[in-house]
Amino acid sequence: MKALPSAAATPPATPAPASTRAPARVGSEFDVARVRADFPILRLTVAGKPLVYLDNAASSQMPQPVIDRLVRYRTTQHANINRAVHYLSETATTEYEAARRKLRRFINAREEREVIFTSGTTDGINLVMQGWGRKFIGAGDEIILTVLEHHSNIVPWQMLATEKGATIKVVPIDDAGELLIDDYESLFSERTRIVCVGHVSNALGIINPVRRMIAFAHARGVPVLVDGAQAAPHLAVDVQELDCDFYAFSGHKMCGPTGIGVLYGRAALLEAMQPFKGGGDMIHTVTFEKTTYNTIPHKFEAGTPPIAAAIGLGAAVDYLSALGMAAIAAHEHSLLRYATERLQELPGLRIIGTARHKAAVLSFALEGIHPHDVGTLLNQEGVAVRTGHHCAQPLMKRLGVTATSRASFAFYNTLAEVDALVAGIRSVQKVFG
Amino acid sequence: MTADPKALYQEVILDHNRKPRNYGRLDHPSHQAEGLNPLCGDHIHVALELTGDRVAAIAFHGESCAICKASASMMTVAVKGRSRSDAQALVREFVDMATGRLAAGDAAHIGRLAVFSGISELPMRVKCAILPWHTLHAAFAEVATTSTEAEADPMHTPIGDA
Repeated sequence: MKALPSAAATPPATPAPASTRAPARVGSEFDVARVRADFPILRLTVAGKPLVYLDNAASSQMPQPVIDRLVRYRTTQHANINRAVHYLSETATTEYEAARRKLRRFINAREEREVIFTSGTTDGINLVMQGWGRKFIGAGDEIILTVLEHHSNIVPWQMLATEKGATIKVVPIDDAGELLIDDYESLFSERTRIVCVGHVSNALGIINPVRRMIAFAHARGVPVLVDGAQAAPHLAVDVQELDCDFYAFSGHKMCGPTGIGVLYGRAALLEAMQPFKGGGDMIHTVTFEKTTYNTIPHKFEAGTPPIAAAIGLGAAVDYLSALGMAAIAAHEHSLLRYATERLQELPGLRIIGTARHKAAVLSFALEGIHPHDVGTLLNQEGVAVRTGHHCAQPLMKRLGVTATSRASFAFYNTLAEVDALVAGIRSVQKVFG
Repeated sequence: MTADPKALYQEVILDHNRKPRNYGRLDHPSHQAEGLNPLCGDHIHVALELTGDRVAAIAFHGESCAICKASASMMTVAVKGRSRSDAQALVREFVDMATGRLAAGDAAHIGRLAVFSGISELPMRVKCAILPWHTLHAAFAEVATTSTEAEADPMHTPIGDA
């Protein structure tokens, strides 16, 4: 059988850099070469070509300081938290709570108890659906979503609506992918109970006007959940400035490990909510007659949490903060601008999602070539993009496509990688003649 | 790495993608099924007309990637005029080859379809190549709709083993 190139990669050729180096920022200049040296995986080759990793909206890569932090925890600090009085348990508990403090600072929450560790954005949204939605949403009530949402901000609400006899209303977009804010405002009624909106669209990269949407909802006494999975890695998030009620995001999209995420919730709302999962740690006292629940955030952290992952996420936000979210956003914006220009040069390529405010995500269609073929052939050039419906089938339907190809950038990507993407797309077009 | 990076996208596959054979609908199909790959949203419709035991006519349409469309096109060419049992044997052989359980050289009936043997090295794309065959299998079995994620998913359960 003829061997095909696989995604099998060769190991890094050079040793990892010391993880204790100062952050790669010289004045206002963003030193991308130094940043890249922190990411061992970026030295891989795929199909004999240097890896060009442009699937950051799906999951980002991990810098050496975060890897080292995980190793240090595993080798010198691990035990279960919140229980035993021995040295390791105290160390692990201290480090876990230190990570919570870092995450509080990162999103500027008022209090640490408003920061709940979850397994990720999906878990956070489900927590709100179960803990808040099941208690406060009933028959005939209305939930406002947008057509841009990821399935994880649709399906939990559909499950709730089915269970309770509630209704889902959907904010439409224009052809550029921008939410129609007049339509949003007209969806409100006496029965509106919650608004759930993505900060940044995962499929198209569009930045939604969440602050304005939140202000409008609050004027009608309606709380707002923001899905921040695609925003937290790319924008400076300030939950007080946004004035959101819930903000959910994932660690693995922001240089942290998988299996960890954060749900921010306004303390008063979290206190009013019922627990989502029952178990150890989330209780105050248990008898067979009655259980009283622990205070927030512990009420929502039943069982042994992913301690190492939480600590790793703490190291990841240290890393991002040292680079500076403003510097990250500026570099990513220059990538987006350059990539948009270059891709627009290509005949037969259509960029999907052309709103003015975008994160560094480019969804595109190539005339006559299916995205999966684009993805497979780009992989053979070492270029990793995502192809498919991006867990946003209602959006794909609205756009009249079944799938797109999506290049999503991170701060460690370079203009040269944009060129590699463009060359890759040209070679795909050449194969298809 | 020495492999030809374009090995899968050989001219025969590109040609069947550009000019799919037996593309369209049948007026009076005796058997038909709709196949769906929920991972990508692709779908394909296969209809055939059995005259006695023979596949007298076969057609497909739908929306899919080049691998799936070429596989469907070449499938229709390969099974047209064959007996039902021959066609079903070919379904089994193709699925076994695409999933890496059978080397192309050991497949008695595979012929030109051997161009798909390399797909077994691309696990994410195996379902693209298999979908038309899975759908043909469903049509023979008079199952109206099928899915690569169905219980009889060929990735997990070889067709014909049941």
